[in-house]
Amino acid sequence: MKEFGFSITKDRQIDYDQNDHRLLNFVLENEPSFIVCISCGGCTATCSAGNLIDFNIRKLNILIRRGETEDLEREINKCMLCGKCMLVCPRGINTRNVILKIKEAIQKFR
Amino acid sequence: MKTEGKKRVWEDYQKEIAEDHYYFQRSCIRQNFFPGSETAFLKILTGELGRDIMDDPHHTTCTGIGYHADIVPFDTTMTVVARHFALMTENGYENMIISCVTSFGIYTEILETWKHFPEVLARARRYLKKATGREFNIPKNVTHASDIIYKFKDQIAAKAKYRLINQQTGEPLKVVEHIGCHYSKMFPSWGVGGAEFPYVLQGMVESWGGEVIDYPERRHCCGFGFRQYIVRANRGYSVANSKKKFESMKPYKPDFVVCNCPGCTMFMDKWQYTISEMEGKTYDEYGFGIPVLTYEEMAGLVLGYDPWELGLQMHQVQSEPLLDKMGIPYDPAEKYKTASGKTFRLPAEPTSLKVCV
Amino acid sequence: MTKKVVIIGGGIAGMEAASTLSRMNIDVLLIEKKQQLGGHVGEWDHLFPNFRNAREITRSLLYDLQDKHIKICTSTEITGISKKSGKFEVRTTQQQTFKADSILLSTGFDLFDARKKEEYGYGIYENVITSVDLEQKLKESNVLTMASGVIPKRIAMIHCVGSRDEKSGYFHCSKVCCITAVKQAIEVKQKLPHAEIFCFYMDLRMYGKKFEELYREAQEKWGIQFVRGRLSEAAENMDGSLQIKSEDTLSGRPLKMNVDLMVLMIGMVPSESTTFLGKMLGIHFSEDGFINHDDIHLENNLTNVPGIFTAGTVTSPMTITDTIADARSAALKIATYIS
Repeated sequence: MKEFGFSITKDRQIDYDQNDHRLLNFVLENEPSFIVCISCGGCTATCSAGNLIDFNIRKLNILIRRGETEDLEREINKCMLCGKCMLVCPRGINTRNVILKIKEAIQKFR
Repeated sequence: MKTEGKKRVWEDYQKEIAEDHYYFQRSCIRQNFFPGSETAFLKILTGELGRDIMDDPHHTTCTGIGYHADIVPFDTTMTVVARHFALMTENGYENMIISCVTSFGIYTEILETWKHFPEVLARARRYLKKATGREFNIPKNVTHASDIIYKFKDQIAAKAKYRLINQQTGEPLKVVEHIGCHYSKMFPSWGVGGAEFPYVLQGMVESWGGEVIDYPERRHCCGFGFRQYIVRANRGYSVANSKKKFESMKPYKPDFVVCNCPGCTMFMDKWQYTISEMEGKTYDEYGFGIPVLTYEEMAGLVLGYDPWELGLQMHQVQSEPLLDKMGIPYDPAEKYKTASGKTFRLPAEPTSLKVCV
Repeated sequence: MTKKVVIIGGGIAGMEAASTLSRMNIDVLLIEKKQQLGGHVGEWDHLFPNFRNAREITRSLLYDLQDKHIKICTSTEITGISKKSGKFEVRTTQQQTFKADSILLSTGFDLFDARKKEEYGYGIYENVITSVDLEQKLKESNVLTMASGVIPKRIAMIHCVGSRDEKSGYFHCSKVCCITAVKQAIEVKQKLPHAEIFCFYMDLRMYGKKFEELYREAQEKWGIQFVRGRLSEAAENMDGSLQIKSEDTLSGRPLKMNVDLMVLMIGMVPSESTTFLGKMLGIHFSEDGFINHDDIHLENNLTNVPGIFTAGTVTSPMTITDTIADARSAALKIATYIS
């Protein structure tokens, strides 16, 4: 193979059909309240971890819905499990349990 | 796919294309990468169609590449374009044909700017007068060279020696048409068929017996993008765009790609080599890649011009498999001969992309 | 002498205004260009937010029109209107001439022509339909299939087609499409329990009574998924399914997916009849092309021409609830004006 001094850029596009949706389905089955998220961002605003480091639980939830789980393990471990997000969620999602289920699913589908 | 729906869109985007007496504006890069194309264009217009066209050695670049790479400011570009209009005017012409899609984009952008901002036109006239003493008329008709071939497609079809039909199967050749972004994406009404479903190349392909493939990434840019390929570190996303297109068109098994833009033709052709070297991938069944032609080369083949005279050997993806399908005879011994009969130094062979030597 | 009002347009606004005026002993002539009264609602199947059968609405409004004060002319269009000393003279395609003390414009809206949104391929791609096509399909058949007859596995509802889109010529919000998408998504899911359904929206405008509840039900009970992003283009795959692209704005990444069926939520645009009559009468239009009110808060049935009133979607997109309220309010304004 020849060296060109550049490589083919990886696509940033979410390719929904190619993604693995098992993790999402597992979380939905075990914490059904996850489905009613409206991406308001209240959880991220109050997040103890997110105020100090690059961690966005709202965005992570969206990426799980799209089956984008590549960086998930590293990301989800930033959560301190303090539960403040549960207090602010306007739709009453059990966000703390959502995170626990995500962690469980990561182990399961590793 | 409902063709009648597309026809309705095409009817909405018909443009005026002058009949005769043209001033020709060449492209900078086409003469290097597809050296037979503009020659074939002039030959078709004068020889086959008996049209009057002026090929003027006094014109220069339109500055498009520099303009889009943020090196040349708009006022400079506009003054250079004004000079070309002056040359046209001085030679007694009113209709301009532009060979390059980047140039076509530059011209349309400037003409639209002048239409909406007369003070900018006045500035262009002042600059040109100051710099060169010249004055100019705005052309009555501005077309891209592919518009002209589109206009005369049926006359070319009537003279065709070969058709875009697979001689072995009798089936129409499957053709990917790729339109340069600056042909109609900036100003849809300037393009035959508009921006979403352009008809300029499809019209030629259909008239000459072929069948156009409408594949999902048809509208996607080839990735040329000026700054993207000029800076080597950026070429990765230039090539990724072409790759996205190849991946999407591959299942349709296209026989060739035809483009109306110099940058697209070059990159759709050359990136196939790059991708094959980097990833070992080719996008046809047999590892030769998909030939990429200019519309003049396609017209030339249909009219029976010699493939080596058309310069097909200068492409990265070689066209012999396509010539065989169309039943066009060629002499392998002549492939790398110069006009004076000397042989070029043979090109190096790629690692995985197959070529016919 | 009894006063007389000519109502132009026999959709739900015209019908409700007619019956309200008749109850105040005012003579009404209701003119409709189509064969039947009921307008767009008459062609609809089920209504948001409670899935009520649309025929109940038109049936009820028709019932109220049975009154000695009401005369109805269907299959009739207006050819001219003139005003002499405070009285109107209305001429029709049936060569009739009617005198009126006041005129009510209830000529409604037109549907956005989805073909104008070229990049979505309506009329070109086999499996792109509009919300109106879908409603017809839901009305006429128990099964929903792709053009090929195959059962779709994934369906996308595309919001704001012809709304909030200056390129299409209309910058206004059509108000009813968000909730219609949610309603239709649920109906589709009821017919096709195994299908995945995605709504592509820019904002979800769940302003009306029971709208937010229906949205939540769509998520919670029916598993409808919502992607925030405007569709940039659709392309047809070899098997007739569609590759669609949008940004997933909530993750900041471009997204593509294949869907078997795409439903375009087409908006309400000013009707040709309204524009035609409005120009004839010298009525002022606002920038969005709908009829303008000088006082948007207190005089929302008045036009700039004394004696000419408006009801319903001639002034802006409206729900049925709002249209009915607007029609009653117009009737009251007219009654005050002519006495």
